[in-house]
Amino acid sequence: MSITNRTDGTETTEPFELIGSDGRAGATGASGPAGAGTTGPQAAARTRRRTTPKPGERGTTGKMLGYLGILVTVAVIMVPLYFIVITSLKTRPDIYSDPITWWPNPLAPENYLYVQQEVAFLSYLRNSMIITGILVVVKVTLGVLTAYALAYLRFPGRNVIFILVIASLMVPNQITVISNYALVASLGWRNTFQGIILPLAGVAFGTFLMRNHFLSLPREIREAALMDGAGFGRTLFRVILPMSWPTVVAFTLITIVNEWNEYLWPFLMSDGAEVAPLPVGLTFLQNNEGLTNWGPVMAGTVLASLPILIVFLILQKQMIKGLTAGAVKG
Amino acid sequence: MLSPRTSGDLSEVVVPRRRPYAWREVGLAAALVLPNLILLALFTYRPLLDNIRLSFYHWNISSPRRTFIGFANYLEWFTARDTGTVVLNTLIFTVAAVLGSMVLGLALALLLDQKLFGRGAVRSMVFAPFVISGAAIGVAFQFVFDPTFGLIKDLLERIGIASPNFYQVPGWALFMVTVTYIWKNVGYVFVIYLAALQGRRAELDEAAEIDGTSAVRTFFRVVLPQLRPTTFFLSVTVLLNSLQVFDIINVMTRGGPLGTGTTTMVYQVYQETFVNSRAGYGAAVATIMFLVVLAITLVQVRLQDRQD
Repeated sequence: MSITNRTDGTETTEPFELIGSDGRAGATGASGPAGAGTTGPQAAARTRRRTTPKPGERGTTGKMLGYLGILVTVAVIMVPLYFIVITSLKTRPDIYSDPITWWPNPLAPENYLYVQQEVAFLSYLRNSMIITGILVVVKVTLGVLTAYALAYLRFPGRNVIFILVIASLMVPNQITVISNYALVASLGWRNTFQGIILPLAGVAFGTFLMRNHFLSLPREIREAALMDGAGFGRTLFRVILPMSWPTVVAFTLITIVNEWNEYLWPFLMSDGAEVAPLPVGLTFLQNNEGLTNWGPVMAGTVLASLPILIVFLILQKQMIKGLTAGAVKG
Repeated sequence: MLSPRTSGDLSEVVVPRRRPYAWREVGLAAALVLPNLILLALFTYRPLLDNIRLSFYHWNISSPRRTFIGFANYLEWFTARDTGTVVLNTLIFTVAAVLGSMVLGLALALLLDQKLFGRGAVRSMVFAPFVISGAAIGVAFQFVFDPTFGLIKDLLERIGIASPNFYQVPGWALFMVTVTYIWKNVGYVFVIYLAALQGRRAELDEAAEIDGTSAVRTFFRVVLPQLRPTTFFLSVTVLLNSLQVFDIINVMTRGGPLGTGTTTMVYQVYQETFVNSRAGYGAAVATIMFLVVLAITLVQVRLQDRQD
């Protein structure tokens, strides 16, 4: 317990600040006892680094160049986004004007209404929530359970199973879709939620992430719980999981983003608004309106992106922690 | 708990904690592992093998009938006129996507690792496009690149350049798709590099600075070598990811213009299987693609071993 607290205790207000140390803790699988040990020197190194200017940081010229870089970065990201948002609020003649009008005149919020009335946007939103919701619950559960077995239990074939789980990360979806499509279609499961969800439900990355985290926890803690006569359920929920929430949250967030944005498989599985998630719905919208009615298409794009952007803005630190774990080696 | 046995057997020495399996533990492990394992077996490994089998057939995916034709699909692919274009598209797109996002991602990480006002907000901004769906970004960027009313055209016109026709000229269409992909995905490279920069040992920079080494020299002599494991990890990850891009191409160009203007191998798998109803041929392309992915992964594992 104390170790979790200590790791959490080093968090700062800046969301990106700690991903280095946090990420490595998850990746090396050695942060258990080491976790407490590494935070100290690392924090010290960081403060030391702060006080000494780094190359490029010294002098006003460096600073000026830095702010110029920031200006360019912000422009490259924000100008297209701004253009997309104002286009979603423009009337048709305003969209097809040359040169571009930088402010909608008149304002046309009706594009957003049109998206709901003509293309059942809310159905796609509901489908996305159902598919993502079920997949997140299933994947996080399966990932935690598989990782628990791989990290703590002794059973024949453990290494082979671990390798099979990891190796499945290398098999691109695009290669399995043909056979999976034939299988799911033969079951009559096209245009059903189970047809979309089941083939996506196996967990490889999350299992890897959780297993590494479990291995980083001190062994004695679980052994002590077992000595006290705690069964599997108690050990998992009372001892292991309370020490693992940051990793579980990171795993959950990455799964939310991945499943929310999943495209190829649901695109092949669905023909209409009954089961198709938002990204597929956008494709239908684009097909229907073609290149002739960009206002509603842009409104749909903005609406489809907003939920995940909001989740990101609130929980970016935890999300980034999951992404950097396993990537950055110390 | 059973105490570890010891004996003269060498294998017992290598694995000192060896003890007989406890059946309750094995039973629990089976219950925990099997659901996930069955899903992976059924929907990842089964289709992977089945795909190879299907590649030897002439087959319309919606019909139950298929005819065995041996290696004909492979022969056709290796001699088809489109194949050169498709392989070249895949190569150009992948190399440009990897180089583009790696260089820009590292530059952004170096920039936003500096103590600059507002860097926290800019960091979030750089990463945000990565969480938006490729389909949404593809749809929106199609209009951004519109050759008559788009943003790019307008900006180019301001500096006196006529916009290329991103919709109808294959090279420019591939450029549009690649730029869109980099715009969306650079945030991932950035975040990983930034984490690596924050975690590395800054003392070496100080030493270099005391020695009077220039910033550029420090970057190449000190910073870049320290980032090598990260660079290696990212180059393989981004390479494999960009090989698999489907959503952006599907919503922006459908693989066109002129039929194969932006068709990559992955897109060809989809098109042959689900649009042209030639699932056997699609499966053959998918198998070839898998061999490429496998080769890259094996090289990665080999190099990683050497590095460690």
